[in-house]
Amino acid sequence: MLSTSNILLEAKNLRKHFPITKGFIRGRVAGWIRAVDGVSFSVNRGETFGLVGESGCGKTTTAKLILLLEEPTSGSILFGGEDILALSETRLKEYSKSVQAVFQDPYGSLDPRMKVANIISEPLVVSQALPRKAVIERVKQVLLEVGLEPKSINRFPHQFSGGQRQWIAVARALASEPKVIILDEPVSALDVSIRAQLMNLLKAIQERLGLTYLLIAHDLAVVKHMSNCMGVMYVGRLVEHGDADEIYQHPCHPYTVGLLSAALPANPDAPSAEIILSGEVPSPINPPPGCRFHPRCSHAKGICSEKEPVLRKVAANHFVACHFDLGG
Amino acid sequence: MVKQENSERLGPIEPSPSSSSTERTVLNVNDLRTYFFTREGVVKAVDGVSFLLRKDETIGLVGESGCGKTVTCLSILGLISRPGRIVGGNVLLDGKDLLKKSEREMAHIRGRRITMILQDPMTSLNPVFTIGNQVAEAIGIHQRVRGRRLWEKTVEILGLVRIPSPEMRLGDYPHQMSGGMRQRVVGAAALSCRPEVLIADEPTTSLDVTIQAQYLNLLKEVQNQLHVAMIFVTHDFGIVAKMCDRVAVMYAGKIVESARMRELFHNPLHPYTAALLKSLPKLEGRQEWLTTIEGQPPSLLNLPPGCSFAPRCRQVDDHCLEEYPPSVIVSETHTVSCWRAV
Repeated sequence: MLSTSNILLEAKNLRKHFPITKGFIRGRVAGWIRAVDGVSFSVNRGETFGLVGESGCGKTTTAKLILLLEEPTSGSILFGGEDILALSETRLKEYSKSVQAVFQDPYGSLDPRMKVANIISEPLVVSQALPRKAVIERVKQVLLEVGLEPKSINRFPHQFSGGQRQWIAVARALASEPKVIILDEPVSALDVSIRAQLMNLLKAIQERLGLTYLLIAHDLAVVKHMSNCMGVMYVGRLVEHGDADEIYQHPCHPYTVGLLSAALPANPDAPSAEIILSGEVPSPINPPPGCRFHPRCSHAKGICSEKEPVLRKVAANHFVACHFDLGG
Repeated sequence: MVKQENSERLGPIEPSPSSSSTERTVLNVNDLRTYFFTREGVVKAVDGVSFLLRKDETIGLVGESGCGKTVTCLSILGLISRPGRIVGGNVLLDGKDLLKKSEREMAHIRGRRITMILQDPMTSLNPVFTIGNQVAEAIGIHQRVRGRRLWEKTVEILGLVRIPSPEMRLGDYPHQMSGGMRQRVVGAAALSCRPEVLIADEPTTSLDVTIQAQYLNLLKEVQNQLHVAMIFVTHDFGIVAKMCDRVAVMYAGKIVESARMRELFHNPLHPYTAALLKSLPKLEGRQEWLTTIEGQPPSLLNLPPGCSFAPRCRQVDDHCLEEYPPSVIVSETHTVSCWRAV
């Protein structure tokens, strides 16, 4: 219905709670890990949305929910305006064809016993009945698309270097002509000189094919370089989201400020804003009451431990969940 | 305090090429060569690496995976096992060649005078022993203390790396601690005997950004307190800018450029260093495309006869493909191996 709108993918109040079971035979639920706890964001067609945060903040769980690898506890995922959790089986197949993923570790994500041709064609074979010849044609086409030689279809993953394997993973994601690709830490396992190559490639194919990316990374410079919009997650919640440039220039949430100052600029003369966050990320099992960041926050006041702040608008496309106006 | 007496006990310091420098040279690595003799052929993992490390100083070893950073460090510690072998060069600690020491003598140096922090604290700590046990082990072996005194020393060193209430945390097992805390425990064990040289091999790669910042600050503080010289292995130029006084850039088993940290950032002379620095995405401003280094790092099995970087270099000429460039001393603090600088 809303397919004319610019928003392609939208998460609404998404939650995923994992049960902690105790007891040996009949496990009883002793508590919940609130991995994702009410996350809402939207990704525009042809743009990149970057999710940043420290490990355990729920970035990857969010990606898994969108890929339907996990079932959300509550909330909805809209794709082109349609709620995919209410789709029929056949439409669901259509959806999984148009949402693909590239994972962090190119060693773990490619089956060592499969040839490149089989790895790349698997999403095609699963989602549509194509004649074998057409499948091979398509495989060669995507290999060319990412800049690998089509003749490498008969090789095995171990015959490629770590960097080239990630190229194969990108080719596999492209095979079923997706609309959205979820990039879960796509460059963090790669060498410095290879990273730039992959980031350029991802940008180039996005432009050429009009793809939409959801980028998950912990490296702020990578997210900054790739994304139009971004969201900062902390213990299962989005604490700040909006236009990427705007957030980098005027971070409003103290956690974002801390993250930015902890990021090491590759320039020894850069003015180092030394705001080192003390303490560690709290466990999502028992998140602190009120604002989840307050135990580490230097601006925390009484209200922070009592009331959970809601996202509010601070600029045209900039939302922050903080009780105070700390915009810099 | 025990430490300093030890170094004097070792006798007169042999003349080393750098003993004239004002600051005391702690470690002098000279033309180190470590080869691996595999079935496929000889892998020259470290091929003629030389550098100096002075007291209180941090040197950064930078390069991509497989360029020989870690093998260099393991060679210094004498931890190369078959099919690898150190085939040449020397490693002088206070003028004494470590490569000529017996395994027994090395066991006294490792963990006491030279120590190392590894990348992943989950694999460098033993999961079935408490952290107190593991830190005390290092102190007990090298300082010959026992009982109450050992306990006190362990608590003291855990306090030094800012483990909150160390008396309580002594009995914890590694899995009860967070990644950042575990890495601090590893740091405590490494620093427990006040070493002269600390080798940190990508100690923060497995940590989160905010925890990484905490850990790097801690290492700096402890370094100032204990006056330990550090070798910092990393591939992250952000860490180099924060931590290091001097930098050596490695490529395919050789140091291609070494300079003072700022000098390297402002005036990189080797095309590889320059390209690496340009390929980093920046936090300030917006760039559309990143500058890339085409191709892949070479396999160390069959290196081309000329400069190993030549196949990926934008400024390559015939000379580069024929002969490996000599090390050119551009200034007192800056050397580079490139025909363009000759």
